[in-house]
Amino acid sequence: MLKILKYSFYDLMRSRWSYVYFAFYLSLGVVLLFLNNDLSKAVITLMNIIIVLVPLIGTIFGVMYYYNSREFTELLLAQPLKRSSIFLGQYLGVALSLSMSLILGLGLPFVFYGLFKSAAIWDFSLLLIVGVFLTLIFTALAFNIAISNENKIKGFGYAILMWLFLGIIYDGVFLMSLILFEDYPLDKLSLIGTMFNPIDLSRTLILLKLDISALLGYTGAVFKQFFGTGFGLIVSLVALSLWVILPVLRIIYKSKRKDF
Amino acid sequence: MVDIKNLHKAFGKNHVLTGIDLSIKQGGIFAVLGPNGSGKTTLIKCILGMVIPNKGSIYINNENITKNSKYRHHIDYLPQIANFPNNLKVKELIKMIKDLRGNTTIDQDLINLFKLEPFLDKKLSNLSGGTKQKVNLVLTFMFDSPLVILDEPTSGLDPISLIRLKKLIQTEKAKGKTILITSHIMSFVEEVSDEIVFLLEGKIYFKGSISELKTKTDQPDFEHAIASILTENHA
Repeated sequence: MLKILKYSFYDLMRSRWSYVYFAFYLSLGVVLLFLNNDLSKAVITLMNIIIVLVPLIGTIFGVMYYYNSREFTELLLAQPLKRSSIFLGQYLGVALSLSMSLILGLGLPFVFYGLFKSAAIWDFSLLLIVGVFLTLIFTALAFNIAISNENKIKGFGYAILMWLFLGIIYDGVFLMSLILFEDYPLDKLSLIGTMFNPIDLSRTLILLKLDISALLGYTGAVFKQFFGTGFGLIVSLVALSLWVILPVLRIIYKSKRKDF
Repeated sequence: MVDIKNLHKAFGKNHVLTGIDLSIKQGGIFAVLGPNGSGKTTLIKCILGMVIPNKGSIYINNENITKNSKYRHHIDYLPQIANFPNNLKVKELIKMIKDLRGNTTIDQDLINLFKLEPFLDKKLSNLSGGTKQKVNLVLTFMFDSPLVILDEPTSGLDPISLIRLKKLIQTEKAKGKTILITSHIMSFVEEVSDEIVFLLEGKIYFKGSISELKTKTDQPDFEHAIASILTENHA
């Protein structure tokens, strides 16, 4: 698996898009820091961008890489390699190179700005951890969609729909249901509802850590009330890990039964 | 060497293989023939584990191949359409496959045989179809495995490379290897193969030598013998 990971990773590192993605985060970090001049405000702004953008890039890259590397995959399948290691290697190659662009692109300007001397270092690390989680989750979901759809256009369509649903529509439906059933106790429902959407979960997680009541939505309030910051953090991290593990297990399951 | 028992495969409603029983012994050249869509490639991909059968079992060297990937160390496979990662150079591709599969030294001889030296630093996307097929042949033969599977090996090759390929196949046979070939070029099949397996509508219609086929169909030459099977079964 490590060899496949290595080749997928090199393959992506050579492609122009990794650099575009890296340059984007680099400029974003620089602009935010030097316009804002306030580290914790910059972290909040970054959060809002990361939470929408990272899933989108993960989804698109995941689907694109899977379809583009079909030939490579077929070449590998005839070699004495396990199917699970071929697909896991490719998945990790994509997810790790994206994570690296994210960490380096955002990390470098912050390091030069003097992050290590600042109090915001924990908030910032949490932001990066959540960013990496979201990359892992959405690349895995994208691979799932691509593996189940031979038709590229369909695969792309479903992947974008998934992103749109989790990023935007889910919140809308969630909010509507809260308004609709406001006469009932909704604490548990909203708590469970948050767990079922990794984007909401990441947002809650960062907000809990940042402790900014102005940005704390209903879900965050419920989280805080129920768990308190320490326990809430662990529960959210476990839920995020599940969001990575379950799609990855499905990649392995599906890849073992697929015809090429 | 290869034992296939009651193999079934359907893609949706399309039943491609409907109960294949085939046993191929060690050594010799076997040609898998059949009209378009008769399941030749599917059969080969089942042997390679790329297509997962609905029913039946495949044994290679008395080893069941389901849930196993190690057995592919004993197989060299030449795919029908030479598709490679496009942004790699020929040299890098050969190095990568060696890295994945273990080292070998015969790749240099094969590169010389097919005169690929000037193309080593070119990207695969810039190669012509025939050159890609030569790269494909190098990748296939460089591991010296006892079972060699060639899916349409002649496609895109110029006459001189074809002669070299035939020679190569004969030397590999002389080493005691088992070689499985599919091809639509009947003269090529007639020239190289020891035994043929004829697939028709997902079943094995005929297995035996070319002379047996000629007597069975009562035709003087191989090409007409094949044609007569097809007309009889489709008329």
